[in-house]
Amino acid sequence: MDSKGLQETHPPLTAHEALVEANRCLYCFDAPCMHACPTHIDIPRFIKKIATENLRGSARTILEANLLGATCARVCPVQELCEGACVLGAEHKPIAIGRLQRHAMDSVNDRGRSMIPVAGPSGRQVAVVGAGPAGLSCAGELAKRGHAVTVFEKRDLAGGLSTYGIIGLREPVETSLGEVRMIEGLGVRVETNQALGRDFVLADLQGRFDAVFLSVGLGTTPEMTIPGEEFVLDGLAYIEDSKLNPGGMKIGRHVAVIGAGNTAIDCATVAVRLGAERVTMIYRRTAEEMTAYLHEYEFIKNEGVEFRFLTQPVRVLAPGGHVTGLDCVRMELGEADASGRRAPRMVPGSEFTIETDQVVKAVGQEKPWAALGLARAKGFISVNEEFETSLRGVFAGGDCIRARGTASTVMAVQDGKLAAAAIHQRITEGAN
Amino acid sequence: MADLTTTFAGVRSPNPFWLASAPPSNSGSQVHRAFEAGWGGAVWKTIGPPVLNVSNRYGAWHYGGQRMLAINNVELISDRPLEVNLREITEVKRAWPDRAVIASVMVESKPEAWHEIVRRVEDTGADGMELNYGCPHGMSERGMGAAVGQDPGYCQEITSWVTAVAKIPVIVKLTPNITNIVVPARAAIAGGASALSLINTINSIAAVDLNTFELTPSIGGKGGHGGYAGPAVKPVALNMLAALGADSVVGKSGLPISGMGGITTWQDAAEFLLLGASSVQVCTAVMHYGFRIVEDLCDGLSNWMDEKGLATIGDVIGKSLPRVSDFKDFDLSYRAVARIDEAKCIKCNLCYVACNDTAHQCIDLIDSSGAAVVPYGYDVRSNGKDEAVSKRPQPRVREDDCVGCRLCYNVCPVEKCIAMVDAPSGRESVTWDELMQSNPELGEDWEAMKAYREKHGIHVH
Ligand SMILES: Cc1cc2nc3c(=O)[nH]c(=O)nc-3n(C[C@H](O)[C@H](O)[C@H](O)COP(=O)(O)OP(=O)(O)OC[C@H]3O[C@@H](n4cnc5c(N)ncnc54)[C@H](O)[C@@H]3O)c2cc1C
Ligand SMILES: Cc1cc2nc3c(=O)[nH]c(=O)nc-3n(C[C@H](O)[C@H](O)[C@H](O)COP(=O)(O)O)c2cc1C
Ligand code: SF4
Ligand code: SF4
Ligand code: SF4
Repeated sequence: MDSKGLQETHPPLTAHEALVEANRCLYCFDAPCMHACPTHIDIPRFIKKIATENLRGSARTILEANLLGATCARVCPVQELCEGACVLGAEHKPIAIGRLQRHAMDSVNDRGRSMIPVAGPSGRQVAVVGAGPAGLSCAGELAKRGHAVTVFEKRDLAGGLSTYGIIGLREPVETSLGEVRMIEGLGVRVETNQALGRDFVLADLQGRFDAVFLSVGLGTTPEMTIPGEEFVLDGLAYIEDSKLNPGGMKIGRHVAVIGAGNTAIDCATVAVRLGAERVTMIYRRTAEEMTAYLHEYEFIKNEGVEFRFLTQPVRVLAPGGHVTGLDCVRMELGEADASGRRAPRMVPGSEFTIETDQVVKAVGQEKPWAALGLARAKGFISVNEEFETSLRGVFAGGDCIRARGTASTVMAVQDGKLAAAAIHQRITEGAN
Repeated sequence: MADLTTTFAGVRSPNPFWLASAPPSNSGSQVHRAFEAGWGGAVWKTIGPPVLNVSNRYGAWHYGGQRMLAINNVELISDRPLEVNLREITEVKRAWPDRAVIASVMVESKPEAWHEIVRRVEDTGADGMELNYGCPHGMSERGMGAAVGQDPGYCQEITSWVTAVAKIPVIVKLTPNITNIVVPARAAIAGGASALSLINTINSIAAVDLNTFELTPSIGGKGGHGGYAGPAVKPVALNMLAALGADSVVGKSGLPISGMGGITTWQDAAEFLLLGASSVQVCTAVMHYGFRIVEDLCDGLSNWMDEKGLATIGDVIGKSLPRVSDFKDFDLSYRAVARIDEAKCIKCNLCYVACNDTAHQCIDLIDSSGAAVVPYGYDVRSNGKDEAVSKRPQPRVREDDCVGCRLCYNVCPVEKCIAMVDAPSGRESVTWDELMQSNPELGEDWEAMKAYREKHGIHVH
């Protein structure tokens, strides 16, 4: 396999390509693409501004609805969102909304800040915990309204999964950090290396701030509890290395990736693109039950990655600490479980070994928020319609509350935006 | 296979498609190649007195990513010596006896000058000559071109100088830069013309440069009006052509008309023929795509004629002229309404916004329960293609309220999705002219009009 690297797959549109594509848009009224976009960007409006070469106005239209428009333009699963709803999808090709959005956002680059009006100081203070898309969106929206916002972030760099988790093929680290700078430009303070539960507790914030927004995302990859698991790499760390430390990364010759969700696909992509000779994805159900999107599945198959469906790893073989293989059993699908998916069960006596020198697991993320003492549902933090948790004045949004449906960056952005509106309402109640 | 052979003022050509007098017919080698590609005739680029051209002489109008929907030019007549042009015309005609070769001419407004050019053109063996009374820039400043076409007196006088001596057919090419095209046409007829052609280019300024504040194109920092042609001018040309066909004097004269202005496809050409042109000329489309377009001009026209059972070009010419009428003679009781084919509709809502904002507010957005909903009515928390597509309301016309203005039909991006369907009003047919004779007060008194409408059940909201 040749290693094509992890540069952004889609080259930016040239000015001419953008013009032609923008002119193809019908300028629908109350457009379905706009409804389908979780942040409801006025898509026909920003596209027509590209057509009239008013790129500044176009970027501003995007930013008004979505402060993280540059990231979203790159990472959104547009087939499921805006482009999936485009009226030209049925018979022609849908408009390349994501790429046009990127064209508009890239044209203003770091000047994005200058087109967002910021209200005078309100005298109110809000703490945001976690500098991922949800936190940054909420912080920026509150700053626009004149509130003093401090974001506490556990890691060295802000940006959340946009910085650490989304492979460079879709979004380079620089884009994410550029957006962080833009949010800081609105007056937001970002304090990194500050972890809730380690460096401070919730009560500290409640004392110092008028409101708190929790946007702490999810945790690390859970244990599979199989022998030899200590030799298995964590998929999230694997991706993180590929973004921030690609030189120091060791890629196996034959990489086995356990899981078949979005993260697993990304891990396989990293392995393939950075030089693995063979990559096998191991999933205990079938292609039908995969949580990865169809376009991701097609993409990774095209990359030459193999699939072992109905396969469950049971043991990692690592004599002397060197991984040599993964023992698996074959599975079959039984009756549908509560979630409607058919539960897999082992086929007795079907054990076999997959030869591999590197095993990566991508089997979801932990929900480590029990210690906060907030009401939860299925491990996620529970919020009401206004994004308020069981603790008055403490709001939450993003992946940490996404108990239903697929989590995505743009949804986290919308949570942050809606929560900011609710927080603003709350902290200005009674004030003139 | 339909017979495309054309006879125009006695000049024969294998098909009705001629190059218009313009850059495509600028030289012998070009016309030669055009004939090889299949063009039926060529009107040579206008020949006449010495000129000097400028750079940046073609501007254009681009729209919505489409290039050159119209061209705008300040080109003069041929800048090649008269001798050279005359020699090449002779050679081309000798090589292509079955094609129409017409010399376009323009000289100083003196009888001797015109007599001289007639003699020299006839010596080439050309089938006819076209008098260029249309060039709207440069030449008109020197008292030629549109300066002649815009003055019926001159137009008649100069035409008569030519027709007094010419033995070959004389076509007078009219300028559209005039209020009533019939006036110069009648003047040309009075001057003895054998045929007419129209339209030459329309006065225009292509654009202004937003960076430099100069006109576009900029000719060393200056710019000015130039002649406009190409797809965008077709409706103007069709109207002028129809106006000639409908005029009693021009109509009775039986003079053939060569139509042009925006012809790009065989469909355009067929429309000109239907409105009375008996040959058609093309310039801008050739400048855009080259001589090769004549293949589909012929092929498409021929297939269409076969389909319609029209055997010869003569069967097509003027077939739609009897339909040309005036507002005063339209049937006021005729009623049509818009109807949306919901199976074809892609729900872009362009019809809705057009009707709602600028017409008669008679398209509703209907949800799956049949209720009319407001636009942008969805919950800000809803998202995703499934929700956006499945919950999208269907635009539907309230036909009782529809005045049948046809705006939605025009904006709908889907072929044959909105139809204007006849919806008989039940009123007796009456024209405005008839109404003014029977009830003249209706044209003056709103109260009377109100009463008339009430009586006949005409509701305008
Ligand atoms: C590998 C991978 C690929 C993905 N690809 C896509 C994609 O292509 N498109 C897409 O739309 N979505 C994608 N997603 C999902 C998307 O990244 C998330 O939905 C989104 O980042 C959620 O934003 P968030 O702000 O809620 O959480 P996060 O981005 O996870 O941000 C949470 C932040 O909180 C910080 N934090 C955590 N705990 C603490 C604490 N105790 N104190 C202080 N700070 C803390 C974290 O360090 C982090 O910076 C992907 C997810 C993964 C894992
Ligand atoms: C660049 C250019 C030069 C032209 N030169 C002449 C000319 O020399 N003599 C003439 O009679 N008409 C001239 N015309 C007008 C064309 O013959 C024709 O009447 C007009 O362009 C409309 O046809 P179209 O829409 O097919 O271009 C010229 C037009 C253009 C665009
Ligand atoms: S934010 Fe995402 S879903 Fe919304 S329009 Fe942009 S690319 Fe599409
Ligand atoms: S649905 Fe498609 S065509 Fe319509 S406005 Fe959106 S992008 Fe443009
Ligand atoms: S303009 Fe045509 S396609 Fe669009 S909503 Fe109306 S009827 Fe449907």
